[in-house]
Amino acid sequence: MERRIIFCTYIVLSAFAILLLRLFSIQVIKGSRYREISDNNRLKVERVTAPRGIIYDRNGSPLVRNIPFFDISAVREYMPSDEETLLSLSALLNIEPGKLKAMLHVPAVKTYVPVKLRDNLSLSEVAMIAARKIDFPGLQVDVRTGREYIYGELAAHVSGYLNRLTPGQAGDSDYSGLPPDAFVGQYGVEKFHDDILRGRAGGRMTEVDAMGRETRVISFEEPSKGRDIRLTIDMPVQIEAEKNLAGRAGAVVAIDPQTGEILALASSPSFDPNMFMEGMSAFDWNMLVTDSKKPLLNRAIQSRYPPGSTFKVITALAALEEGVINDETKFHCKGSIEYGGREFKCWKKEGHGTVNLNRALAESCDVFFYEVGKRLDIDKLASYARRFGLGMPSGIGLNGEIAGLVPDSKWKAKAKKDKWYMGETLHTVIGQGYLTATPIEMAVVTSALVNGGRLVKPKLLMDDAGALSDSFSTAGVKPENLFRIKSALISSVNEGGGTGHLARSNITEIGGKTGTAQVVSKSVYDRNRLSELKDHAWFISFAPGDKPEIAVTVFIEHGGGGGAEAAPVAKNVIEAYFNAKAERLKQEEEKEKELEYGMGDDRQKADK
Amino acid sequence: MGWVMIDRRLINNFDWGLLSAALLLSAIGVLTIFSATRPVLDAEQQSFYMRQLYWIGLSLIFYFAVISFDYRWLLRYAYFIYFFGIFLLVFVLFFGREGMGAQRWIPLGFLSFQPSEFFKLFFIFAVSRYLSDMGENINLDLKSILRAGGLFFFIPALLIVKQPDLGTAVMISFIFFSMLFAAGMRTRLLVMAVIIGIISVPYLGNIFWGSLKNYQKQRITAFMDPDIDPRGIGYHIKQSKVSIGSGGLVGKGYMKGTQGPLRFLPEKHTDFIFAIFAEEWGFAGSVMLWLFYLFIILRGFDTARRARDLAGTYLAFGITSMFAFYFMINISMTLGMSPVVGIPLPLMSYGGTALLSNFLALGILGNIRMRRMPLSY
Repeated sequence: MERRIIFCTYIVLSAFAILLLRLFSIQVIKGSRYREISDNNRLKVERVTAPRGIIYDRNGSPLVRNIPFFDISAVREYMPSDEETLLSLSALLNIEPGKLKAMLHVPAVKTYVPVKLRDNLSLSEVAMIAARKIDFPGLQVDVRTGREYIYGELAAHVSGYLNRLTPGQAGDSDYSGLPPDAFVGQYGVEKFHDDILRGRAGGRMTEVDAMGRETRVISFEEPSKGRDIRLTIDMPVQIEAEKNLAGRAGAVVAIDPQTGEILALASSPSFDPNMFMEGMSAFDWNMLVTDSKKPLLNRAIQSRYPPGSTFKVITALAALEEGVINDETKFHCKGSIEYGGREFKCWKKEGHGTVNLNRALAESCDVFFYEVGKRLDIDKLASYARRFGLGMPSGIGLNGEIAGLVPDSKWKAKAKKDKWYMGETLHTVIGQGYLTATPIEMAVVTSALVNGGRLVKPKLLMDDAGALSDSFSTAGVKPENLFRIKSALISSVNEGGGTGHLARSNITEIGGKTGTAQVVSKSVYDRNRLSELKDHAWFISFAPGDKPEIAVTVFIEHGGGGGAEAAPVAKNVIEAYFNAKAERLKQEEEKEKELEYGMGDDRQKADK
Repeated sequence: MGWVMIDRRLINNFDWGLLSAALLLSAIGVLTIFSATRPVLDAEQQSFYMRQLYWIGLSLIFYFAVISFDYRWLLRYAYFIYFFGIFLLVFVLFFGREGMGAQRWIPLGFLSFQPSEFFKLFFIFAVSRYLSDMGENINLDLKSILRAGGLFFFIPALLIVKQPDLGTAVMISFIFFSMLFAAGMRTRLLVMAVIIGIISVPYLGNIFWGSLKNYQKQRITAFMDPDIDPRGIGYHIKQSKVSIGSGGLVGKGYMKGTQGPLRFLPEKHTDFIFAIFAEEWGFAGSVMLWLFYLFIILRGFDTARRARDLAGTYLAFGITSMFAFYFMINISMTLGMSPVVGIPLPLMSYGGTALLSNFLALGILGNIRMRRMPLSY
């Protein structure tokens, strides 16, 4: 028996040894892993989202607001699991019972973690849920900050919109640290300056017990609010521009030709950026992207068209600079000329008679420019076009900007594997043929024409650090030649026979150049009369004539004649600009007066 | 009568070491219960630790009471005690209070106790008496084993399974066979019994499985694969390992453990008290703790060898193996090495009945040691 007891002692000792090995393995070898799991158990880290920066117009009036959105989620362990509760909850949340059941039964990694049931509850739904809280103890309403676009469709292409991270962005370092369902800027300024507007999320680390109840706050990091952005957009001008585009497709760009500040950037048709925030249905999204009018296209920077006669300003400058023409040069227009066995028509069948450069620009005589074209090398012309900013993106600071095309012999050889024909030059000089430009590019051209030949970079953000500090490249043309063109454009609007006379204004002197870009030849259009074959209407303009503060480019897709359709729009926009300016001045004066008044009041009170 | 006239030799032989180890472990138990049940929100500290302290006081009284009787006097009434135990088991089946899915408590006014806790002790007494009556160097063949089983094992085992109290049923089978082994059961027979046991597990299992309660089935499946049901009983095993493992080499520090107070680990102050201790004191503290248990067990075996008579040897051996089984099953359960069977850690787990029966058992051990063979003379 003694031996057996000793034997048992050894058994006990070996059992201890086995337990000890196991203990060593769990505590020492795998200790740090279990430590992690235990911290995971008890530590909950929440993001505290930073309020997004507000977007203001140049006068400080906000375009957007941060507003609360309500989502609903449920802690499943607290939810009654009977069929009846499920059905009434399904009715309350407007979720199919089957779908709801599946949501509540997805296996969870952690217990007592709420699962999201629905986004964007209306206030009345939130109220209804709150009233029935007792029946559904696990429900919780989460508040999330969302964006409201105060002006709706107005300036939508500039402000842009927020939407959920796309799968591609989720892996992008620009968006690192964001939860997969985060809303980020997906269009316009919201997208281009997302990093500024977004701010930095804070964090809150709490200890929770097994039921998910917070026991204490371990650390809290304050979120830092996104920076506000002040746009160069002048809302009254923007509103006028969009009003004039209503019901048509097209774009208006209003720019300060001295600084490049964009005063209005309108594209029509537009869209309502609020739709995205509210959780757009697949149907709505499809409607939006397949709409033949392409509301999501920012026509001011994302579409190019032949600039038509507006391009004649470049042709004229090139001819003057190259000595092809001077003030004395006159050509006779009898309605068309013949070149290389083909007839090149002037838009005015009966002809303009004998015209000099000023009249040719004012009345937009095509024959004058055909004659110039006969004497001008295409590569020279193309280089002038580029020096004025055509053929390259303006760099306005919005995603997806494209550039127009400035054709020359080199381009022709590469793209068409053919040599350049003189006849093609004749098309190019009047802004037809291969030549295309975006409205923003034409705004840059107009600015350079009237600011002494400086090529401005359009900008959307006011930065007080000095609007003129950007180094501008110059077109390198003689000031007197620029002056000649400018004068001709003022004539075009203000003198008899000018094609731009519909832009004439009583409150300021406007200069401008019309453009009517043919989509098909006139004879084809006359046969069909289809609206999608109608000419594109252009108008480039500036005001006031002596020292321009604003340059407006109007483009109307299939709008018809530039003088008839686009010029009045430009006039309205320019007048809106000066009216708003006058209004602001008046208000400031009144405010000053009031201030004086008020101070007097205070003094009186103090005397008492 | 030895218990009236207190012999000077008895006082000299009193085992202070054993009592100190037991008191130290129960004091550590109280501290650990205090930490495990400390409130994290604004609630008040739960009173478990106080009640455990009262029970320690009561246990000490019983310890000294039981040590002053000569164990041989107690052995005289072994069978009577055994039948009293059977009576209690039957009583609890019909009139017991149900708790945690099993009918094993007898309410006694302000407190309730589990007769199956004490029954183990009564059982050891009866088997010791039976085996010692058979004399030295007995030949335990199959027939005599079956007879012993029929007398002392099958009936109580059945009654306990019926409660159901799987843990105690497993305990008394282990104790029974280890005592038979000590008495001289043929090694060949024991090996055969083990082999038959292993082979018949699937068959017995099938029969047994049907009679198990749901929670017992869950415990066993969860042990086989803790990932089957990570939120149920498998969660329990996993969280126990997480608690122990997160303690690392030196632990998180006393009152710094998180698994228990935050309720990630259920039954933290009862069966899983070791997990809480290991979380706060780490590997170093756990090894120290185990050394005290090892000390008690080795002391028990030593007492068995030195007992003045055969009955004392059996008694000491039975009690020590019970203590060893308690410890090893509980620890391997918290380490995820065996199914969760509801066996507390002796001396440390919260629970009055178990504590009292632990002290009674150690009292008897001390009793035998105090009256051991006069080796020194």
